[in-house]
Amino acid sequence: MSAFVEFDDVAFAYPQPGRRREGAFTLAGVSFAIEAGEVFGVIGPNSAGKTTLLRLLTRVVAAGRGEVRLDGRPIGRLAHAELARQVAVVPQDTPRPFPFSVEQLVLMGRYPHAPDRFFESDADRAQAATAMEATGVRHLAALPLEQLSGGERQRAMLARALAQQPGLLVLDEPTSHLDLRYQAETAALLQRLNAERGMTVLLVSHDLNLAAEVCDRLLLLDGGRVARVGAPAEVLQREVLEPVFGCAVTVDVTPTSGRPVVQVAWPVPPTRR
Amino acid sequence: MSAGRRLALALGVLGLALLVVAVLALFVGSAGLSPRAVARALAGQAGAESVESVVTLQLRLPRVAAAALAGGALAVAGVAFQGLTRNPLAEPSVLGVSSGAAFGVVVAQIFGLGLSALQALGVAVFAFAGALLAAGAVYLIARVPGGLSVPTLLLAGVIVGIFFTSAITVLISVVDFNRLGGVVHWLLGNLAPLPPASLALFALLALAGFGLILKSARELNLLALGEEAATQLGVNAARLKQRVFVAAALLTGTVVAFTGPIGFVGLVVPHMLRGVLGQDNRLLVPTALVAGGVFLLAADTLARNVVAPAELSVGVITSFCGAPFFVYLLRTRYRASL
Repeated sequence: MSAFVEFDDVAFAYPQPGRRREGAFTLAGVSFAIEAGEVFGVIGPNSAGKTTLLRLLTRVVAAGRGEVRLDGRPIGRLAHAELARQVAVVPQDTPRPFPFSVEQLVLMGRYPHAPDRFFESDADRAQAATAMEATGVRHLAALPLEQLSGGERQRAMLARALAQQPGLLVLDEPTSHLDLRYQAETAALLQRLNAERGMTVLLVSHDLNLAAEVCDRLLLLDGGRVARVGAPAEVLQREVLEPVFGCAVTVDVTPTSGRPVVQVAWPVPPTRR
Repeated sequence: MSAGRRLALALGVLGLALLVVAVLALFVGSAGLSPRAVARALAGQAGAESVESVVTLQLRLPRVAAAALAGGALAVAGVAFQGLTRNPLAEPSVLGVSSGAAFGVVVAQIFGLGLSALQALGVAVFAFAGALLAAGAVYLIARVPGGLSVPTLLLAGVIVGIFFTSAITVLISVVDFNRLGGVVHWLLGNLAPLPPASLALFALLALAGFGLILKSARELNLLALGEEAATQLGVNAARLKQRVFVAAALLTGTVVAFTGPIGFVGLVVPHMLRGVLGQDNRLLVPTALVAGGVFLLAADTLARNVVAPAELSVGVITSFCGAPFFVYLLRTRYRASL
């Protein structure tokens, strides 16, 4: 195994400090590596820097200090399309209004493979069909995205990301709009993609238990710093989580998979740091 | 049917329509020429100085060409602004960009620039600068973190339009009116016959703007996902926006320089096409070029003939079509997004 993604002492602050709370949404010297082929989770409280980390990785914003490397190359030196052939992002939800059909959306994933082509080729359409098949939205291909349910939209976005044929699949809060059944399906699909295609997966989530269940390793962010990196059982410990989230939790082990499961210890007594 | 086939079919139908309307426009007019006389002139069988030759070849033909070009350019600019702002109601006149360009033209006329080819280039440069200025102002006013808000964008367009219209009025009041001959007629959109060299320049500038937008059509589709998602798909969003912005301003400025600020073409034509072809910019941009020509040519033929022997400004016709259409869109399809 080799490092596929490396964050090397990456710091970032949004340029207009007056418009954000002091110190919020920033990264202060974050270093970690994601191995090729692993499922890696980033967790942490609100404004810990999870989204910023994702934006740095996809070059939506550039690091103020340090370096982000993909397959050993600094991402600042990659062309936009080159990066998009390696890294595909499934966002939380689709923007609205969004006037295109599911198939048109999925075909957009083929753009980085031939940005100068005007219409997609037959090969592109075949790739899109395969991707829609994999996430179970092929029967919805002709429908406008806006007519789909939240779960179906999510799977359509996932199909678009698969059509990019990326080495790294990034999911931003993949289950936030999904009910239990689709959460389970999404988790199973991720594990299958990882097992069958060797796709590296980066999961950014609030859902500690989903992360614990599907991830090989977790990164816990706290206020823009790395609080801990390691296997779910190493990161999801009461002594680690309570100071980060600022509330009492209980950590058990699921009988099915033996992974940790975290619950808030109701009622919520605020802990003192 | 694949997208390529649909595009070819749509272009075929629209091309035929353009031909029919162009022929119609050549054969009717206040001069009351018989169809046979027009045909003779077109075939080159009439004398160069004959009435039918002068009317057909020097008055009607250049006007047909100018109308087709102006309509096409405005419709493409409409598609571009709609894609760029992710706002289905954006359009050169609604956004105040036409008014900015018109201001540039009036300034150019004060400097004494006319419609001969070289001077026309100067006028076009002024119009382009005015269009950029107005579009830039609207963009800055309406920009909110994460994009452009629909109501703010429309309001900003109205306000910028009012500002430049007032500035034009000031200039007209201050400057000797005779030096701005015909400016009032022109301000409503006036397809006066252009000399061939000016017409060629018009075509060149319009095609340049069209080419840039056509090249960006696929990326404009991706922009519908939002700027961040488009970037993550490999689009250089900043460069895309600049390119489309400049090209749409160029199209608007060029049309205003040569024919005046004709309103609402960029709204009516793209929306009719959207109804038939859907929202794919790769289908909309090329078809808008032809359909815009059909629409404006039809409007101009109407303008020349409804009150013959007098003439309406073509802008009056397009506004009479466009304003109710805008209200219709506002009240029905896009009510939810406001």
